Amino acid sequence: MSPQLNRRDFLVLAAGAGGGLTLAAVTADAAEPGAFAANAFVTIATDGKVTVTVKHLEMGQGVATGLPVLVAEELEVAPAAIRVAFAPANAKLYNNLLWGPTQGTGGSTAMANSWKQLRKAGAAAREMLIEAAARRLRIDRAGLVAIDGEIVHWPTARRLSYGELASDAARLSPPDNPPLKPASEFRLIGKAGVKRPDSKAKSNGSALFGGDIRLPGMVTALVARPPVFGAKLKAFDRSAVLRLPGIVAVVPISSGVAVVGTDFWAARRGRAALKLEWTLPDQRPSSATIRQDFTVLLDQPGKTVRNEGDGALGLELGVTRLNAVYESPYLAHAPMEPLNCLVRLSRDRCEIWAGSQSQTADQARAAKAAGLEPSQVEIHTIHAGGSFGRRANATSDYIVEGVETARAVGAPVRLMWTREDDIAGGCYRPAFVHGFDAALDGGGMPLAWRHRLVGQAIIEGVDALSVEGAANLPYAIPHLQVELHSPKLPIPVLWWRSVGSSHTAFATECFLDELAHAGGKDPLELRRVLLADHPRHLGVLELAAAKAGWGVPLPPGKGRGLAVHESFHSFVAQVAEVKIGPKGEITVERVVCAVDCGVAVTPDVIRAQMEGGIAFGLSAALFGEITIRDGAAEQSNFHDYRCLRMSEMPRIEVHIMDSAAAPTGVGEPGVPPIAPAVCNAIFAATGKRIRRLPIGDRMPE
Amino acid sequence: MFSLIVNGERHKVDAAPDMPLLWVLRDILGLGGTKYGCGQNQCGACTILVDGEAKQSCMLPVGAVSGRRITTIEGLDGAIGKTLIAVWTELDVPQCGFCQSGQILSAAALLRRIPRPTDADIDTAMDGNLCRCGTYNRIRAAVHLAAFRLGGGK
Repeated sequence: MSPQLNRRDFLVLAAGAGGGLTLAAVTADAAEPGAFAANAFVTIATDGKVTVTVKHLEMGQGVATGLPVLVAEELEVAPAAIRVAFAPANAKLYNNLLWGPTQGTGGSTAMANSWKQLRKAGAAAREMLIEAAARRLRIDRAGLVAIDGEIVHWPTARRLSYGELASDAARLSPPDNPPLKPASEFRLIGKAGVKRPDSKAKSNGSALFGGDIRLPGMVTALVARPPVFGAKLKAFDRSAVLRLPGIVAVVPISSGVAVVGTDFWAARRGRAALKLEWTLPDQRPSSATIRQDFTVLLDQPGKTVRNEGDGALGLELGVTRLNAVYESPYLAHAPMEPLNCLVRLSRDRCEIWAGSQSQTADQARAAKAAGLEPSQVEIHTIHAGGSFGRRANATSDYIVEGVETARAVGAPVRLMWTREDDIAGGCYRPAFVHGFDAALDGGGMPLAWRHRLVGQAIIEGVDALSVEGAANLPYAIPHLQVELHSPKLPIPVLWWRSVGSSHTAFATECFLDELAHAGGKDPLELRRVLLADHPRHLGVLELAAAKAGWGVPLPPGKGRGLAVHESFHSFVAQVAEVKIGPKGEITVERVVCAVDCGVAVTPDVIRAQMEGGIAFGLSAALFGEITIRDGAAEQSNFHDYRCLRMSEMPRIEVHIMDSAAAPTGVGEPGVPPIAPAVCNAIFAATGKRIRRLPIGDRMPE
Repeated sequence: MFSLIVNGERHKVDAAPDMPLLWVLRDILGLGGTKYGCGQNQCGACTILVDGEAKQSCMLPVGAVSGRRITTIEGLDGAIGKTLIAVWTELDVPQCGFCQSGQILSAAALLRRIPRPTDADIDTAMDGNLCRCGTYNRIRAAVHLAAFRLGGGK
């Protein structure tokens, strides 16, 4: 069956195919009569089915698993009995509580901002069901308890199912402060055995992603974009394109020219036949000149980010001086699913199906492009085939392209990016150069640390994203300075899984390793001393070191490296073991990871995120690099933007710290420590320092 | 006009002979489980079976597979396919899930050829299938578990 569908069918199909997972938003008009919508997150149908609305994008990080568990814990239902619905775009109901009045997913905030909100939502529903049962049975609510989808009266063994109580509960007003369970009574949170609700649909091919949904009359559009960052369209000739079969329209839009066809292949052939003329910008940088310019800035004082002690004095007083320059390249996100969205426009409504990572911003920009109000834009958030930050960007690029094209052609448009569009299209993790100047005292302990960073700012005026992980260096060093240069370049940059920490952890943790060796200290021992006031750093460090067998000798040609880093309020330490082959071949054999993310709500999701974060970070450390030539990216697909493959995946062991602290994120914090851990391991094996990424699969000459 | 046998069903498809099978499956036959990831035989998201052998479909012209038996994730219903999907679910292999149809098709072809594969066999058979979420170790575990189950193990 071809999944051609209108909105109503879409709801039905998605629910039927999704292995218990419905992809559509639960809206007021979709709720069945008599259903108990306890709040914006919990709905109980008269048949007892519980629907939990997830306000965050599921892009693989496991929000569709972890967030419903918070509700299930308080509501006293089995997670497997819950249907998951993705929330509609609604900044009032579904904003990210850590972001203010904005709905969106990022910064590893999903669990942290939902921790109280969803437990309260579950508890409120439970209290209302108990109250409804008390009124129905005409008894005091003191003897009533919620157990596995029922309200039970212990003394008389009478029981009422949630479904039976739904209509009554719907008429009650919700309590303001429902009591929450103490941690000692958790039966789901922190326990093993919670399964992902979407594994089946994602294994049998039925999970719907953006490109999979079809609407009647739908056409497919690809956009020809500037060949150089900042180029402007001068002219285009569509005559050759229009002669091709399957071409519907060729229309200029703000980012380029949209070629619209009956299907992807028609649009792709059409785009290849399009003749375009561009006005190129005067500024067309190349990697070599960028690197040179950045390096020059290292010799000049930057904007002060942190200043403790007396940097100049500290460096002078030191017995041993060390300098080093660390370099990280531009990186593409390259999620497996290239960007796409589906847009249906009418005179007063705009519907968008997309793996939207920033619904509120997308809604506003889509409205502007459609000539409508944001309230007239409905976003159906669906599964994203990875994102790593790419789908949340300052222009809502792919969403606006979809809306503009739909407006121009008057039909529902499936807007797709090819892999080439994705890799060469910008929005990169900014390249950074890090300059260090440090001094050790006579006992080999760090006395002064000056760290200068040079790299493009992701958001104008927001330096925090450039220096996170460097500005908050946890080590006790008496004279400590961090400075930043944010040169402007026409290369579009964006947050990339773990943002600033993706390069600051590499630079700081490798350079600290250099200080340890220069001072004759074991890297673990030095960290222990310098982290005495940072128990959570120390906790993961000790756990990872112990599990990895730190200090146990390895055979020649092998080395062990350590790194610890805090990002997004979670703490991760990793020990990497590498083997260097006779021809310098680098194999990362094993990674031991310890994580402290507060209460470990769904441990297996945390393990998966650490495994995934390590793979993602290792892929970048070994192979990831976008180079710029004459204002354009030189890479275009996976053949020249190499990513980690199965044979290159190390064994990974993940250990989770016991913690009573409120939970923090896990989507990103697994990434930062792996590059420095591997580089430090290479040093241990070979005595050679890697100060520039990517490493490659062989030791550099 | 091409005659294709997809998941046991015969289809007459009106497409240009150079149209890749991937887009015939997705945009003409409406089989969305086979994914587009790169269009250059680099990522394996579009892996399908042609006469039981794993092939990437994004550069495979439809004209080249006329009359051949094509299996997509939607039609992977033999013992190997069912077992793979079951263990993938059991071990919670997928994260974003986008590459997993292709991973499972590659694994199915492997287990047909080598019922009890070693790690090296798995690496060789699966190295064409990228996963940016990094589910490789779980994929490996799932392939071993499926092999064990298919061999009669519980």
